[in-house]
Amino acid sequence: MAWTHALATAAPLPPVVPVEGGAAGAAWLLVALPALGALVLFVGGRRTDRWGHLLGVGTVVAAFVYGVVLFLGTVALPAEEQVRDLPLYDWIAVASLNVELGLRLDPLSLSFVLLITGVGSLIHIYSVGYMSHDPNRRKFFAQLNLFVAAMLVLVLGNGFVTLYLGWEGVGLASYLLIGFYTQRRSAGSAAKKAFLMNRVGDVGLAIAIFILFLELGTTQYADVFARAGEISPGALTAITLLLLLGACGKSGQFPLQAWLPDAMEGPTPVSALIHAATMVTAGVYLIARSNPLYDLAPIGQLVVTIVGAITLLIGAIIGCAYDDIKKVLAYSTVSQIGYMMLAVGLGPVGYAAALAHLFTHGFFKAGLFLGAGSVMHGMADETDMRRYGGLWRHMPVTFWTFTLGYLALIGFPFLSGYFTKDLIIEAALTAGPVAGWLLGGAALLAAGLTAFYMTRLMLMTFFGEERWRDLRPRRVDPADLEDPPEHYHPHESAASMTVPMILLAIGSVGAGAFLVLGERLADFLEPSIGPTVEPYDVPAVFYVGLVPYLATALMLVGAGIAYLVVGRRTVPVERPQRVSLPVRAARADLYANTINESVIARPGLWLSRALVYVDNRGVDGAVNGIAALLGGTSGRLRRSQTGFVRTYALTILGGSVVLVAALLTVGGFPG
Amino acid sequence: MSAVLLVLLLLPLVGAAVVGAMARREDLDRAAKILGLALSAVSLVLVIVLWAGFRTGPGTPRFQAELSVAWIPAFGTRFALGLDGIALTMIALLAVLVPIVLWFAWAEKLPAGRTGAGFTALMLSTQGVLVGVFAATDVFLFYVLFEAMLIPMYFLIGRFGGPRRQYAAVKFFLYSFLGGLIMLASVIGLFVASDTRLGEGTFDWAALQGMAAQLPLSTQIPLFLGFFAAFAIKAPLVPFHTWLPDAGAEAPIAGGVILLGLLDKVGTFGFLRYNLPLFPAASRELAPLLLTLAVIGVVYGSLLAAVQTDMKRFVAYTSIAHFGFIALGIFAFSSQSIAGSALYMVNHGISTAMLFLVVGLLIRRGGTASMTEYGGVGRVAPLLAGMFLIAGLSTIALPGTNSFISEFLVLLGAFPREPVFSVIATVGIVFAALYMLWVFQRVMTGPLRGSAVVGDGPGAASAAVMTSASDGDADDPSARNLTARFGDLTRGEVAVLTPLVALILVLGFFPGPVLEVLEPAVSATMAEVGVVDPVTPNGVAR
Repeated sequence: MAWTHALATAAPLPPVVPVEGGAAGAAWLLVALPALGALVLFVGGRRTDRWGHLLGVGTVVAAFVYGVVLFLGTVALPAEEQVRDLPLYDWIAVASLNVELGLRLDPLSLSFVLLITGVGSLIHIYSVGYMSHDPNRRKFFAQLNLFVAAMLVLVLGNGFVTLYLGWEGVGLASYLLIGFYTQRRSAGSAAKKAFLMNRVGDVGLAIAIFILFLELGTTQYADVFARAGEISPGALTAITLLLLLGACGKSGQFPLQAWLPDAMEGPTPVSALIHAATMVTAGVYLIARSNPLYDLAPIGQLVVTIVGAITLLIGAIIGCAYDDIKKVLAYSTVSQIGYMMLAVGLGPVGYAAALAHLFTHGFFKAGLFLGAGSVMHGMADETDMRRYGGLWRHMPVTFWTFTLGYLALIGFPFLSGYFTKDLIIEAALTAGPVAGWLLGGAALLAAGLTAFYMTRLMLMTFFGEERWRDLRPRRVDPADLEDPPEHYHPHESAASMTVPMILLAIGSVGAGAFLVLGERLADFLEPSIGPTVEPYDVPAVFYVGLVPYLATALMLVGAGIAYLVVGRRTVPVERPQRVSLPVRAARADLYANTINESVIARPGLWLSRALVYVDNRGVDGAVNGIAALLGGTSGRLRRSQTGFVRTYALTILGGSVVLVAALLTVGGFPG
Repeated sequence: MSAVLLVLLLLPLVGAAVVGAMARREDLDRAAKILGLALSAVSLVLVIVLWAGFRTGPGTPRFQAELSVAWIPAFGTRFALGLDGIALTMIALLAVLVPIVLWFAWAEKLPAGRTGAGFTALMLSTQGVLVGVFAATDVFLFYVLFEAMLIPMYFLIGRFGGPRRQYAAVKFFLYSFLGGLIMLASVIGLFVASDTRLGEGTFDWAALQGMAAQLPLSTQIPLFLGFFAAFAIKAPLVPFHTWLPDAGAEAPIAGGVILLGLLDKVGTFGFLRYNLPLFPAASRELAPLLLTLAVIGVVYGSLLAAVQTDMKRFVAYTSIAHFGFIALGIFAFSSQSIAGSALYMVNHGISTAMLFLVVGLLIRRGGTASMTEYGGVGRVAPLLAGMFLIAGLSTIALPGTNSFISEFLVLLGAFPREPVFSVIATVGIVFAALYMLWVFQRVMTGPLRGSAVVGDGPGAASAAVMTSASDGDADDPSARNLTARFGDLTRGEVAVLTPLVALILVLGFFPGPVLEVLEPAVSATMAEVGVVDPVTPNGVAR
């Protein structure tokens, strides 16, 4: 088993040193800047309409600049001083419990800071153009700023409770932004669903925190990780599984994946930032952060890899069946986070691979979503790819940037995804004799599926006939307000939108090589996640050097099949109804919603209704009955209040007499 | 300090008498209301003085601002007051909420023939009596005030409430009175026992505590149950809860805030002050049973809240769930869980007050508490919807709001000793999200719909449900008309809610000052019950 030999090589993490002045002393500004932006926009309301978006962009860009300063400052430190702690104040202190609010500045958290504020800045800038016609743009920026602040708390927190603060904070921001188009009923349902499924995960995270408190009496990272060895093995397994539950909720992993595709109800920049690049990767962050716990809990790690493998397959299979461009990308996200989850469950052989994929995915998936948004912007908010076609000549910048993101995602040689996905597949092959085949096989198979569904998406959107020519745009939602235009007028988007797309495309091309070649990222993250084990150095089910060739071959097969099935035929505008069973299953999200509905939602509703009956007839009925017995008929209970109060006064008097009499006479109560 | 406490108790009562006398003259109505507000503001200042003078830290006495005068020497009862941290926070909450509800009630429409002055008088007398209930250190005095507290609330519901107010008021009264009578038996029992054991009968809390804790378990249990009956009804715990949804639904908003936010806390306060310290052996013996009731309350209250269609009943059921959390913390016997429960009492008061007030503001516009008559309110009244959301997020204990701290402390503190109960209650946080977000979705989001929103003004029964797509954008003239008619929050209404929003956020990030005040009382209670915090498996004492 990979984790057993990996365990032997895991070295203790460097000690945590306190921050002493300098640029890092004010690291709380990272959070405070976007939080302040959100506060001003929420409280200022409509008065800030004219400049609110600028404040939103400005605070996040400022946080990014400061993040770069902190990052460079950390790189310059010797490795054993790179994990730093900035305590702010005692947040919840009762008896022996002391939950401290503070920041942990280390390579892992600062990498995330750059991702969140960097991609966040680009998406904020993009949103200025994308949301320019929305009367509630200011509110949008307020909520987006709130998200950035909460996400920074999540990754910068120096303990599990601080993490929980950010964790539920991003859940709130996600809830608000999914439901941003409040007039749509579907948006409200999707937002609620997302929050609820996240809260199921949060229960896991909360109980994991309780067990940590029980075992160690503390929930701060520094203490927990230093004393991880004191936790009993059973408790460690429980903690790791419960943390995984939390991760599944936040990251849309099996069995809590069903909310993420619905979350596409939110504006597209939200899908790019929250539901592709940052928030949904928080589960991977959580497990990578808790690596000292997982390294000691082989069962926990095994389950993480299984969840990852199942999810990456589910996402890839369903992604093949959808016609809605955002939903395909959403399931692609589910699948890609499955890859990260798989890798992060493999221990030291996979941590760096998972995080490398997380960062490159952040670039190319955000770029793909922004591209999809640009397409929608030019196509009257239409998301059905069957109504697209031949768009490449109408929106060239969108097309080319999207193509680079597409190639990066399917693992086209030497683009970002090629390096990082291969790392994960290689690591999976070292998982042991049986697990290596199963996990590695799943990861390889999904690589082919990824190429299929993404090529299908490309072909349906940018190539083929211009199917929109003969169609009239339709209202996206029955409750939408503006009448759609007479015709589709696909056009390139404004510079505020295309420039972020171009920058993300550059990242899609180069980030993988930059992070992976020379083990740059792995070396940098070593103080946080320990030394990385090379897949080449440990036994694998077959020679890992074959992986790049195999993955590339499978990618070509997947893309080729897509070309044969979609590219060479005319795409029907109406969705074909008579399809094979697997396609029907995939269209129905592999029945995840049906299962949730029939196992949880409907029985829950029945139970609640039954309880209402019990409450009215049983509990209350019994009480009313007794009251009627005591006070005569229930009709007499409702006698006029003056009469009643007179009775009451008499009762009090009578009671007092009895009381005094009792006090004066009774003497022999058993004492 | 004891003089301040005495004034804090008497001032509202005297004020109530004056305001009540002014209620007879219609031309004095406005003056009476102003006087009431001014008096409640003075109470707030007095509480701030008390808080500032309250000493914490090791070595400080549990009860401060003490005062004791002979009252009925025949059976040794004294008029004795004193504050520990728990009582102080409850009185502080009271002093914060009363001016807010009086201010809120200023613009409320009253039932025919009722005056604002009359309302104010009842509110002030409730305040005065409640100060006494929390501050009493004589068990007999506590009992008298506990019963007396029913009277103004009975009139608040019965005179100023909704259409079924008579039924609700009588039901409230009967439940509470019955519980009180059972408690009375225990009070007498305590007195008699003290007579036998100490040589002279007393009602002094401290003396009784030292004596009663020595009683054999067989004696403690019936006495415990007597107090428990009164408090479990008051709190209320399932299955003693059914008066609350009726009372909450029929009470006027301002009265409901005091009922749900404070009056009910007397129940959990009673557990902490009377059940645990006076009957430690019985508390430990019966804890499993009470914990069971507590977690049933969490799940039961949440599920029932989820399917309510009346907003006021909805708030009442959420409170039942929250009282489950509070009881869980109390009977889990750890420093964190008990401190969490005591803090929960404050936080629940704040968030429920806010939620109930927002519901009241909604009813003020729509004319009905029925959720089905509303829809898409956020489009015409975004501020109102935002305030509802803040109250809701506090209710579901989102981190960053006040309630998170207390719920976290209760669950975390309960876990080491009572993992099963703690885990079940933790699952309750999903139910909480369900009921709150579902209501928010039905009432606040989606297209404009419902007769209360798009009908003919407040209370319009015409079911002119708008389903056509062209309705309501912020820039759409028809939506603007609706906004103007339905109306978002006014400046004054925002001002009523602002202190509560501030408390929700400030206590969410800086609970320290309140926890510090609570801690001495909590550790004293732990010592009286005779429990210590569990030790970690690794032998590290926490």
